[in-house]
Amino acid sequence: MRYLARRLLHATMLLFAISFFSFALIQIAPGDFFDAMRLNPQVSAQTVNGIRSQYGLDRPFPVRYERWMRSLVTGQLGFSLAYNSPVAPLLRVRARNTLLLTGTATLLAWLLALPIGVWTAARKGSFPDRAVGIATTTLLTIPDILLFLALLLLAVRTGWFPAGGMVSSGSEEADAWSHAKDVSLHLFLPALGLAIVTLPVLLRHIRSAMIEVLDSQFLRAARGHGIPRSRLLWRYALPVAANPLISLFGFSIATLLSASVLVEVILSWPGLGPLLVESILVRDVYVVVGVVVLSSVFLVAGNLVADLLLFATDPRIRVE
Amino acid sequence: MILFAGFFAPYDYATQDRESPFAAPARIRFMDQRGHFHLRPFVYASSNHAVNMQFFVSGDSYKIAGLFAARAHLFGVANPGRVYLLGTDGYGRDQLSRFLYGGQISLLAGLLAAGLSVSLGIFVGAISGFYGGWIDEVLMRGGELFLALPWLYLLFAVRAALPLHIAGWQVFLLLVVVIGAIGWARPARLIRGVVLSAKERNFVVAARGFGASDLYLLRRHVLPQTYGIVLTQMALLIPQYVLAEVTLTFLGLGVTEPMPSWGSLLSSLQQYYVLSSYWWMFLPALLLIPVFLAYYAAADALQERWKSVSL
Repeated sequence: MRYLARRLLHATMLLFAISFFSFALIQIAPGDFFDAMRLNPQVSAQTVNGIRSQYGLDRPFPVRYERWMRSLVTGQLGFSLAYNSPVAPLLRVRARNTLLLTGTATLLAWLLALPIGVWTAARKGSFPDRAVGIATTTLLTIPDILLFLALLLLAVRTGWFPAGGMVSSGSEEADAWSHAKDVSLHLFLPALGLAIVTLPVLLRHIRSAMIEVLDSQFLRAARGHGIPRSRLLWRYALPVAANPLISLFGFSIATLLSASVLVEVILSWPGLGPLLVESILVRDVYVVVGVVVLSSVFLVAGNLVADLLLFATDPRIRVE
Repeated sequence: MILFAGFFAPYDYATQDRESPFAAPARIRFMDQRGHFHLRPFVYASSNHAVNMQFFVSGDSYKIAGLFAARAHLFGVANPGRVYLLGTDGYGRDQLSRFLYGGQISLLAGLLAAGLSVSLGIFVGAISGFYGGWIDEVLMRGGELFLALPWLYLLFAVRAALPLHIAGWQVFLLLVVVIGAIGWARPARLIRGVVLSAKERNFVVAARGFGASDLYLLRRHVLPQTYGIVLTQMALLIPQYVLAEVTLTFLGLGVTEPMPSWGSLLSSLQQYYVLSSYWWMFLPALLLIPVFLAYYAAADALQERWKSVSL
């Protein structure tokens, strides 16, 4: 229990530091949202300054930080100048989409990686093992951005999948079932892309973790008892190999979040990524801070979940 | 010696296949200066006429002048004609030339940024590991902050804090600094670990007993032991940072036109009309794959070699 409390406390402090850090970073940025307005000859300098003070942009840094923290507590996360609304509702929709995408991709990747990884570990050195090895190395070297562009090309050229967006127009009015079908059709390509990006790393780790366990004494003993192979692999070896894999799950969230920015932009999935890029380009500072902080919340939460899982599955940690 | 080979070789390997086609320093423009607006039909016609015939001709006639001589190209055609091995982009600029020059920018950005990152890492890691105590605590907590944010988001956040509309080499340097400054935490941690164990080694303790100064100890005895880590980190970071530059530019946050980068070459591929009707715009993207494959092969080989030497 104390272990959990400490992890939680650590995570909260980290998030707090991150929020301060990113807020400070954005605030020192030169230029602001109203630069474009200032260039407009029809808008006088007083008007611009008036609007700026209305939004509190002319206040000193500590005041703005304090205000922002306050709006964070009330669940608004500041005000988006470009969307003319509080940041939180904007983020909620986008974050839901991003989570849908990354969640599906994670599921897909692990569903593919587990059987393949276990299978190749069991047949170490065989032809399929080496073939998979070469494939993973190749996949690792291909830059994500190219992979996603290739998927976009596939979608545009063949027309099998919608080339971007999340819903077809008019699908909202349709009944729930066809709406879900439409969304999942749109979801397929970006999720596939993300899954392919994470797959090689997972495969490698699963394989090496399994190989290590398969070499161990107790498995040789179990094999000697004549326990069938599949039971040996899945019931005996995999739980023991699970420890590093669960930590890997925590780590992979970071990669996934970063990769999802790209896939979302390229395949125009309306998640956090495009929002972030847009708001950087127009200097919509609170949205930028919001997205950055939110992404680190995801990451920290993911690591926390991984820690909890470890705690639940590995008795050695509980003893410590 | 191996050390320095390791320091330079990955870069050389990756640049090899792009540097051979041109022997001109960057100032001489390789690309079309006549400003012809080669949209699709025009290119198609010129590739029918000029390229098929002229390619071998020019192949014969290429001259390798000294590196500093300005005008030599590997291939070319007689003045009225133009040769576009990879086609041209929307502005009638030769894709091959843009790919090559863009590679210069992207790879240089990656290399410089990785160098910066690792130097910062060495600096922080050495201080942190060598002095320990509260300095160590503060530095490592700070590093944790950098590690706790998803990397790309952090990169964007820092990029957002810097001016958007500046030109040319300034943006390039800015990118290098941003990318490099963000990634210091991981190498710093690793180096700190090595330094921690290195400073307890007997010969270091002995040298300290003889009254060697901290700086001397660090420089002479401790840091040489981190070379292995430094090498592998460099090898890992370079492609990552090349891609970081490509990504930023791709998203419009990086190097600006007319400066080419691999990122700006790729960004045109986001447009549907390009995707659906101009297939050759994909060629630079395809060319990137062997470049990265070659790089990783070289890095692997180097690591093997380094390991076998150190043992």
